[in-house]
Amino acid sequence: MEMEIVEKITNGDRRAAAKLITLVENNFSQAQDILKKIYNYTGNALVIGITGPPGSGKSTVTDKITKILRGQGKTVGIIAIDPTSPFTGGALLGDRIRMQDLSLDKGVFIRSMSTRGHLGGLSQATQATVKILDALGKDVIFIETVGVGQSEVDIVKVADTVVLISMPGMGDDIQIIKAGIMEIGDIFVINKADKEGYERLATEIEMMLDLNQNKRWRPPVLKTIATDNVGIKELLKEINRHIEYLKESGELEQRRRESVKKEMFDLIQEQWKEILSTFIDNGFLNKIVTKIVKREEDPYTAVEKLSNILVHSYTKGGVKSDRKD
Amino acid sequence: MEGKKIRVLIAKPGLDGHDRGAKVVARALRDAGMEVIYTGLRQTPEQIVETAIQEDVDVIGLSILSGAHTHLFPKVMELLKENNVEDIIVIGGGVIPEEDIPELKKVGVAEIFTPGTDTRDIIKFIEQKVK
Repeated sequence: MEMEIVEKITNGDRRAAAKLITLVENNFSQAQDILKKIYNYTGNALVIGITGPPGSGKSTVTDKITKILRGQGKTVGIIAIDPTSPFTGGALLGDRIRMQDLSLDKGVFIRSMSTRGHLGGLSQATQATVKILDALGKDVIFIETVGVGQSEVDIVKVADTVVLISMPGMGDDIQIIKAGIMEIGDIFVINKADKEGYERLATEIEMMLDLNQNKRWRPPVLKTIATDNVGIKELLKEINRHIEYLKESGELEQRRRESVKKEMFDLIQEQWKEILSTFIDNGFLNKIVTKIVKREEDPYTAVEKLSNILVHSYTKGGVKSDRKD
Repeated sequence: MEGKKIRVLIAKPGLDGHDRGAKVVARALRDAGMEVIYTGLRQTPEQIVETAIQEDVDVIGLSILSGAHTHLFPKVMELLKENNVEDIIVIGGGVIPEEDIPELKKVGVAEIFTPGTDTRDIIKFIEQKVK
């Protein structure tokens, strides 16, 4: 069954890929059996992160670059992430509005995803979806993230190149893209550059970049008016130049190693969470909770004890140390 | 991270530019905890079906006010069949005369919600159908 799905996806079956992405989102542990078999078919795609504040034009820029790439015969996957409402769990995913002409192009696969309570961070589901689109044969994969919060910092660990898009006239311009986010951009784009305030924003970004430690790659600051296709070719040229730099400097391998590390860490966390919740039956946990509420024990000591018990029983019962590699 | 979410594609085929109704429904479904993919105006049936496949939606909601419903609905149903995704539930809304509804249901449209429908009824309908 699993092999059949893998075969379909590697043969370019869009429906099989779409179904697997849904499974990844709804039931990750079940999807893992297929993901294990897909992994061998991945690693060929170039992954580009597109991020920036809401309304800066991420979807439009993605749409325009995709069209150029298609003209060059490259296939494209797009993962468009929008926030889940923390109140209702629902989401309105509207990135496709700016990519309407792409929907009939069989060389483009677009998937809208919501963050589903990952506090704005890139979820395991996103990382798995990158692999699925990679196995589907897409040459370039764009991850378009919500312009706020943790996802910006996470995207760096998944993408080969990060394009940070901003726009003039958002009040205190630099405010939106400072704190941690400035450091992640490999390429800076000021979109809607025909608006007032472009010069000032460009100068501010350049000044912040002057403080950067990396002497080998100075992020370029580009000017685009995406709706009119202005500056898009130059952006693609800079993306290619950055990829070349990554390859030559050895940073590409380094980044991909970091990405694997990060993913393993995430997976381990999730798996242990699951083990924890199945291991600690409610009665046992409730007893401890009662003690803590009555101030007979503090939560820190309780968790320390609990961890010891877990590690003990797990190493005795299950973990095999027969790996020779 | 686990748990199924109902995914709905809200699309606006045809040439008229009135998407207020579609937006109200999209918003209501989102507030009911669903993931709503909104594609904007003037979608062709081909675009709608391809989007539905890639997004793996459970439901397609079509808003039509142009009077072209007797053409657009059958076309979407036909394309769903062609692509082997006829398990996707199709519902419709907009200005659709009562006397046309039986015809649309005959080609496989699950339900038509005419102006004045309580959005809660749409939500209830989807939740029952998808489960």
